[in-house]
Amino acid sequence: MSTETTTTTTATSRFNIWEWIFTTDHKRIGILYLIGSIAAFIVAGLMALLIRIEQSSPSTLLVDPSEYNVWLYFHGAAMILAFLIPGLTGFAANFFLPLMIGAKDVAFPRINAFSVWLFYGAILLALLSFVIPDGPDIMWTAYPPYSIITEGNTAFYVFTVHLLGFSSILGAVNFLITVIYMRAPGMGWNQLNLFVWTTVAAFVLQLVFIPVLAAAVTLLLFDKYLGTHFFNPDMGGDVLLYQNLFWFYSHPAVYVIFLPAVGILFDIIASMGKNRIFNYKACVYGGIGGIVLITGEVWVHHLYVSGMPDWIRIGQMVTTLLISVPVGLIVLSMWGTLYKASITYNTAMHFTAACFFLVLLGGLTGIPLAMTAITVHLSETSFVHAHFHFIMAMFSTFALFAGIYYWFPKMTGRMAEGVLGRIGFWANMVGVNLAFWPLFIIGVQGMPRRYPNYERFPQFEPYHDVATIGAFIIAVGMACTLINWIYSAFWGEPAPANPWNSKSLEWTHTANPPGPGNFSEDPVLDENWSPYDYEAK
Amino acid sequence: MNRITRILFSLFGVLAAWPAQAQNYDGINDPATGWDHLWNEVLIDITVIGVIFGIAAIYMMIRYRAKSPEDVGSAKPLSSARAWGWALIPAAIFMADDFFLSAKGWTLWNAYRQVPENALEIKATAQMYSWEFDYGNGVLADELLVPVGQPVVLRMTSMDVLHSFFLTEFRVKEDVMPGRITYLWFHPREPLETFVTCVEFCGTGHSVMATAVKVLPVDDYTAWMTEAKAEADAEAVADAAGTES
Repeated sequence: MSTETTTTTTATSRFNIWEWIFTTDHKRIGILYLIGSIAAFIVAGLMALLIRIEQSSPSTLLVDPSEYNVWLYFHGAAMILAFLIPGLTGFAANFFLPLMIGAKDVAFPRINAFSVWLFYGAILLALLSFVIPDGPDIMWTAYPPYSIITEGNTAFYVFTVHLLGFSSILGAVNFLITVIYMRAPGMGWNQLNLFVWTTVAAFVLQLVFIPVLAAAVTLLLFDKYLGTHFFNPDMGGDVLLYQNLFWFYSHPAVYVIFLPAVGILFDIIASMGKNRIFNYKACVYGGIGGIVLITGEVWVHHLYVSGMPDWIRIGQMVTTLLISVPVGLIVLSMWGTLYKASITYNTAMHFTAACFFLVLLGGLTGIPLAMTAITVHLSETSFVHAHFHFIMAMFSTFALFAGIYYWFPKMTGRMAEGVLGRIGFWANMVGVNLAFWPLFIIGVQGMPRRYPNYERFPQFEPYHDVATIGAFIIAVGMACTLINWIYSAFWGEPAPANPWNSKSLEWTHTANPPGPGNFSEDPVLDENWSPYDYEAK
Repeated sequence: MNRITRILFSLFGVLAAWPAQAQNYDGINDPATGWDHLWNEVLIDITVIGVIFGIAAIYMMIRYRAKSPEDVGSAKPLSSARAWGWALIPAAIFMADDFFLSAKGWTLWNAYRQVPENALEIKATAQMYSWEFDYGNGVLADELLVPVGQPVVLRMTSMDVLHSFFLTEFRVKEDVMPGRITYLWFHPREPLETFVTCVEFCGTGHSVMATAVKVLPVDDYTAWMTEAKAEADAEAVADAAGTES
């Protein structure tokens, strides 16, 4: 056992910019991911407000549609690729995964540093969309032939995806090796935190599926700028090829976001409920493992009305519906972990509790959308829009925010349990329901997506108005939350060593915040250790 | 654990038995009525599941609040048999619901894809940002006019980028793309004036790419078609004359 002592840094120690730029410390890299992804979140959130203002009137209100399409593009691409994925697999995995498995750092710290700076390069490239005269207006999906013939600068989209993809692949290799080889002595696979399991699953998906997306957008680049014809039917190409390649990655990407979000929630429920995970093995091997197995066989549900052959539209209806089996096992474990728990409600647990309802709303509305014939009417309407905002956008954002609150003392050494945080939570919770319930209703009645001008559907204006009010309430909630974090990081009440009395390694064995090398003594665990062992002795 | 286990299992039992009692519908007449029927069934299915899980969550969140900060949860580890039971039985129930919905969905899908033999066939061509309808007898129109009572099948393609043909009233939609011909059919039963919208993002005019769809009484339709045919023939003659001179 090492007797080496480590110095503990605190958030108030002298700030040195070079230490941050050249850092290879997984915790600082995690914080860099957090700052970058929150920055992307703020800009993409402002785009959402602009979109909602535009939608408050049936006619074109603010700008011409080409500018509106750039907002839609940026909102979608940035929220998914630059906020949710880097926030969950960049920030959360970087900061906490090594702490949870008792490792001093990741396996390849310098590659890790390279990953985060690639991510920043991608964010810069994405932000340039607003500066260049012909920003991409191709939605986050970039379907050809439009993305090829548009005057918008598709290359910025392609290179952003390349940089983010490269960053994620490096991260995936790094973290998978870290978990396989750098667990504390004695830590078996069935003793891992569920957040570690879900992160492993997310990175397996990234490693397998990102190259497909990279190939798809590269072909797009060739078609637009080098005159090839992969997607040009006049020259023997096929427009559907792109959609298949794109969704072959982008459906699994939903689980790259969903799984780590669920992992964070499990750790919070167990810590705040002082309870063991209900049916751990079913959740890990049946639930998380099941999703990894099935998720590559369901992408055609994004192409139900794209003229695909009938046999595959029906075949993937069945596989898509079957996703409910592993997701159901995860949900049962979530619910079961509440059973006979002893729950304390901090701000993290408030966000977590909200996620129980968001996952029901978002998940269950996915069932009709899994059915080919039902989707014929619902696809490309606001119903889809509301569905994926509940399950992917709001559920995952709430889970990430819950995680930030839960680990705030670990990151900063200070508490963030102020009243501003609670106001932020309730504003978000009310705003989300106001913003997206109306979209379900008008979606079923046929309100199309991506319409700056809906003069032909004047009857939907009141619903859009409610949604717009909801969006602004969300904005208030987000502002309260961000201000609360920034204030608390510098002036919050100092945190006790283990404020939630958690049994997880990052709380029991490291300082707040952990110093270089994380552990003052190398943790050695026995076979009975569990991060969820709260049983009264 | 035992009591709750029993309650939950019986709830799952109810859930599993419910679809079996759901009303079956045979001989779907056309996609629109079939859609409305199946949508209502699915809505009941997901509402039942959502309410059960929602109530369970609220109950446990309130019931199991900590009495004091030192309290810990008292759930015991599951025995091996219970752990398997809690994995396999729910998985079987979820799967049963999945296959039930798959069967229903497949039946309705067949209705969507099997075009009646007496259907009126019209070619639809999309381009940024308009629709054109070709009746196959020389008549071209930028609005879709069809007679009441006869199924209509559209064979669709695009001149430029992706578009999507969406007719809300008839619950039909299919993408339109260059290099491929896609189809959809619907059965107008009553006179109706509505419009088709484009629902696959196609550029700056995407949200205004709409045109009228009129379901006319048979006599009105025949009158319109006769007139349009005469006009088209006259134009063809004029064109031919123009080419000769």
